[in-house]
Parts: sequence; structure tokens; C-alpha cells
Amino acid sequence: MNILSIKDLHATVDGKEILKGINLEMGAGEVHAIMGPNGSGKSTLSYVLSGRDGYEVTKGEVLYKGENLMKMLPEERAQAGVFLAFQYPVEIPGVPTVTFLKQAMNSVRKARGEKELDAFEFKKIMDARLKELSIVNDMVRRALNTGFSGGEKKRMEVLQMAMLEPSLAILDETDSGLDIDALKTVADGVNALRAEDRSMLVITHYQRLLDYIVPDHVHVLSAGRIILSGDKSLALELEEKGYADIVAAAA
Amino acid sequence: MNAMTDAGLLKDYEANAAALPGAGSGWVDGLRKGGVHRFEGLGLPTRRVEEWKYTDLRTLVSDPFGPADAASDDVSVPDMDLGAEPYRAVFVNGHFHAGLSDLSGLPDGVVALPLAQAMQDSAAFLESYLGRIATLGRRHFVALNTAWLADGFALYVPDGMTIERPIELVFIGATGDTRAAWHPRNLFVLHPGAQATIVERHIGETGTYLANTVAEIVLATGSRLNHFKLQDEAPDAFHVATTQIHASADAIYENFTLMTGSSVARNQIAIELQASGSSCMLNGAYLGRGKQQLDTTTLIDHAAPDCKSSEIYKGALDERSKGVFQGRIVVRKDAQRTNGHQSNKTLLLSDKAEVDAKPELEIYADDVVCSHGATVGELDEHALFYLRARGIPLEEARGLLIDAFVDGAIDEISNAAIREAFRSHAKAWQGGNS
Ligand SMILES: Nc1ncnc2c1ncn2[C@@H]1O[C@H](COP(=O)(O)OP(=O)(O)OP(=O)(O)O)[C@@H](O)[C@H]1O
Ligand SMILES: [Mg+2]
Repeated sequence: MNILSIKDLHATVDGKEILKGINLEMGAGEVHAIMGPNGSGKSTLSYVLSGRDGYEVTKGEVLYKGENLMKMLPEERAQAGVFLAFQYPVEIPGVPTVTFLKQAMNSVRKARGEKELDAFEFKKIMDARLKELSIVNDMVRRALNTGFSGGEKKRMEVLQMAMLEPSLAILDETDSGLDIDALKTVADGVNALRAEDRSMLVITHYQRLLDYIVPDHVHVLSAGRIILSGDKSLALELEEKGYADIVAAAA
Repeated sequence: MNAMTDAGLLKDYEANAAALPGAGSGWVDGLRKGGVHRFEGLGLPTRRVEEWKYTDLRTLVSDPFGPADAASDDVSVPDMDLGAEPYRAVFVNGHFHAGLSDLSGLPDGVVALPLAQAMQDSAAFLESYLGRIATLGRRHFVALNTAWLADGFALYVPDGMTIERPIELVFIGATGDTRAAWHPRNLFVLHPGAQATIVERHIGETGTYLANTVAEIVLATGSRLNHFKLQDEAPDAFHVATTQIHASADAIYENFTLMTGSSVARNQIAIELQASGSSCMLNGAYLGRGKQQLDTTTLIDHAAPDCKSSEIYKGALDERSKGVFQGRIVVRKDAQRTNGHQSNKTLLLSDKAEVDAKPELEIYADDVVCSHGATVGELDEHALFYLRARGIPLEEARGLLIDAFVDGAIDEISNAAIREAFRSHAKAWQGGNS
């Protein structure tokens, strides 16, 4: 069974149709990249998959491990293993990052019938992940994402992913705003999570990320539809030629 | 004309007055008589009285209140960790309860007594202050409190003395089925350079009662009072508190009031910054649900130059609850170089909840820095989604955001242990446990 199966998905925001019939099948352990022009609906797809309010599915279906994903609450999706690394992580003043991380981890563990972590167990796991991702300890004592630099926010997203160990990770432009070293660190972090039972949907504008996180499939999203799919060489081709010709050819 | 019922609050007054503590000594009788007279004239305020425009007392006047009996013995004080072991005075239905209190170990020279006892032991001290700070004016509830003047707490701290451990005043409502009222009167006098920390807890489990407290506070030159208050009265209770402060040169008054209880609560604080260099921090949080009305009304009177005041009040209101914030700051003509800041923020957690915010700045001096801001908002949808997208259930996600918001006020509490105690109380409110 595929981890994710999207069939003819249509979705509207504020009455405006943004996704216009998406089809996508992702097998277990696969990495798929989605590329496409600004405004083509990449983030919209990621929000629809994670259950954000205001995104209405008007047609089609999404199965996650065979279950109707659209029927689940956002927290239920996360607990079931769907993870979205936000393109724009939200600043939440007043909520210490470490409090948030612990509550998130324990919510997920609880829902999965696992024992909740005590402060000590939690800290051990967090410290190990922080080290792997070269994140300074100070950062988790600050309010969640508040005043973090763009790159720090992205690293924090990857940290959360590493701690929550999802089955389906959607990375929405996690590479944007990262310096070259950070890109490498983040990519290493993501690669370390690659596993047979973990699939990844990597949304990016840059071929460079895909040098590090090598995708099994690359899709081009344009105006709410996947207009072209291929292997990793498609990303190279896009980088060379840009979207205009491909979009025109597919139209 | 505000002809208004007195809700039977002076019912059987004559019969009861003779038995009140201190009856027969001229000054106490005189004080009470003045209160009776004034309350007979004023009655309870209607919403046509400007300062009472937003808080509706109709449920208060629906039935008469009798005076409260001292409650049965099976009353206990729930623990609250204040860091250091506090000196404690407990009042049950307005009456001092010796068994639950422990005032031993206070430094020599300090006067710390229940008011009824102070009327005998320290009459001259009381006489020189009572009724002089909380004057009657058009203050309906001060008049009523004065009419029934009976018990409460009197504190005097001599020159230069710091009382390290907090003084905890616990007012418990335990009236069972009777509809009763009591009127605690507190007097705190700090002599020059003295310092003290007072924690007031107004708590109750059940009962329809009116707890009408008046506190008179005198802060001499360079003294400091840290005054923290928790209002967690029974769900059907009425809580009215009037705190009047006179601050002399360089005196500091800090107040934090956390309100979670009662059906209708009005917390009024009025401070006169009477001499240069004095300052006050008035902060608080009000957390409401059901049909609660939680009213915070403050008056800061900058009567001298070079004084500072700051106010941070935050509210979180759920269901059909209502918040009121009236914050008046007066800067008199001579009060040059005044620094005054006021902030009031309310989070509405339901579309039926509401808040009336009325900041009022009256500035007669020209060299002042004053600001005020009032905001009303809802929980941030983006933040909620972000938390839920990490597996945190909706209710918990809301809880995190509400805590974060309220913490912004609670963080102002200068005493670390008390800050944490208040924080946990606010957190417990979320779980519906307070
Ligand atoms: N509330 C809304 N009302 C109308 N249109 C909206 C709304 N929200 C998003 N859109 C539109 O939906 C389209 C898709 O947006 P989306 O964020 O999914 O694009 P994207 O592919 O992620 O772009 P980028 O590469 O810039 O991140 C855009 O044209 C955007 O303006
Ligand atoms: Mg996007």
C-alpha cells in the first residue's frame, strides 16, 4: 500500500480554486520533489494535506496509509505521522520552544499508545538531536520561533521533524534562506531520517537541495496541476531552462 | 436621581450594630454612623452612575443579604506555596479564625492584629487612620463597609524594618445556603523605609455571598509594599474590593491581582502619589468564563512631580463572560516629569465574551510622558494551526497560547515564588479547576 495516494484533488481557498486536479502516488520510503513557479499551489497542497482551516476540498480524495486523510483533524494527522515543515514557521511569543517540543512529542506518543517522556528522557533525546543539527542549546529556551532568523526557523523545523519521527514528511521550501553550510547540515539531518517506512515530499525551487537529498521522483506543479513528472534529471533540466517552456509545452 | 435599593444590606442594622466589636467607643460608633448615613443616601450604584456604567449589579439586589455568622469549624485553607512560610491570618465569613491563623514570630515592634482585637489593643493607632484614606465620598461600597466595620487586618511596620516572610491574609467564604454579606476592613501602615509583602487570598467553594473589602494603605517615605491578591471566590459570590493608597516620597507600591472567581467582581484600586519620587506598579489578570463579570477599576493620581506609574492588565474571557477595565490616570498641574504607562489587553476566547475598556488620561502638567493602550483580540489562528500540526490537541494548543498571553502580566510579579504560585493558579483555571 502506498503511504500517500492523491486522486484528482481539487481545493479552494476563499472560494478560489487553487488545486485543480492533483494526482500523486508515493510509495513507502520514497522521496518526491515538487517544483513549480511561485503561486502554483505548492504550499496550498501542503496545507491541504496537513489540515489547515480555510482550505476546502471540493473534489477528489487523499488516502494516507489507506485512510481518508481529509477526515482527520490536524492534530490527528500529525499524531498519525504526517509532518509539515512550514515554508513560514509561525512565531509564537510566550511559549518556550522546549515546552512546546515536549508537549508535541508527548501528544504524539500518547496518541500512539506510547509512554510519555519525563523531563529527563525528553532532554536526552532533544540534546542528541540538537547536536546532530548543530543547533545551540540556547535557542530552545527562547520563545518558539520568536525573533529567530530565517535560517534558524528552518533548522527548528527540521529539529521538530527529527524528534517527531513522521512517516510522511512534507518539507515546504525548507532550503530557502539557508546559507550553504546550513543547507548541508539540514540536508544531512533530512537524509539521516530517510528510512524504508518514511516518505518525503520535498517542495523546493532549487536543484541544489536535490544534490543532497536525492529524490526518486520530481514533479512540476503549475497552476494547480502536476504537469510533468520525471526522475532527478528533470530538476537539472528545470534549472537550466526555467519553467516557461515546460509550462508552455504542457499547456 | 439614582434612587436605588440597598438590597437589604442594612437590614436589622440597629439590632446587630450593638454587638459589633468596639461598639460604645465613640470614634468607632461615629465612623459607623457616617457609613450608615452615607449608604442610606447612596444605596447601591446603578449603571447610570458613571463609574458603574459597565458592571451590572442586578443579580446582587435580587434578594436581601443578612450579616454572616462565623462559619462552622470544618473549614480549611488550601495550600499555596508562597516560598517562605507565611505569617497567616484567616477570616471565615469575615470573622477572624484564630485556629487557622498563625502570626507568631513577627519582629518586635510590628503590629499585626485582627481588627476587632486592634480596636481594643491599638485603638489610638486605628483611630488615627481608619476612614481617613478610604473616605466616604460617593463610594457606595466604602460607605457600606464602614457601616459594618467589624473585622479585618491591621498592620503597622515600624521605621526601616523589612518583614521578610510574606503575610498571608486568607478570606474564606463558607455560607452554605444563607445569603450573607461581610465587610472586611484592612489597614496597612508602613513607616519610613519599611518593607512588607502581603498576599491576600479571597476564596470560597459555594454560597451566594457578598464579600465587600476595603483596604486603607499608608506608605511613608521610602517604604515599599508588595501586595498580591488572588480573587477566587465561589461561583455565585459577589466580590467588591476597594484599595486606597497614600504614597509618600520615594515610596513604592506594587499590586498584582489575579481574578478567576465569583459571579461579579469589582476590584478597585486608587492610589495617590502624594510626594515626589513615589511610584506604583498596578498589574493583574482576569480570567472569566460562564457569565462572570470581572471589573478592574483603577485610579492613579499623580499629585507630585517625578512620580512613576505603570499598569499592565491582561484578560482572557471565555463563554459569555465579561471584562471591564477602567483605568484613570490624573496628572496634576504640579506633577511635572510624570512617567505613566498603562496597558490593557484582552483575549476573547468566545464570540459571546466581551470587554469594555476605558482608559482615561487627564493631564494638567506639561512635562509628562504618558501612554496607554488597550487591545482586544482573539487567539492567533496561525499559531493554533502550527501547534496542532505538531500533534498538540486543540484544547491544549489553546491552553498554551492562553498561558503565554496571561504570563505576560504574571511575569510582572516581583516575588519569584509568588509569581509561580499565581502562574499555577492561572494554569489551573484553564483546566477548569479554579
Ligand atoms: N486566501 C486566499 N485567497 C485567494 N487566493 C489565495 C489565498 N491564499 C492563497 N491564494 C493564492 O493561491 C495561490 C497558490 O499559493 P501557494 O502559496 O500555494 O503558492 P506556492 O506554489 O507555494 O508559491 P511560492 O513558490 O511562492 O511559495 C497563489 O496564487 C495565492 O495568491
Ligand atoms: Mg509556497
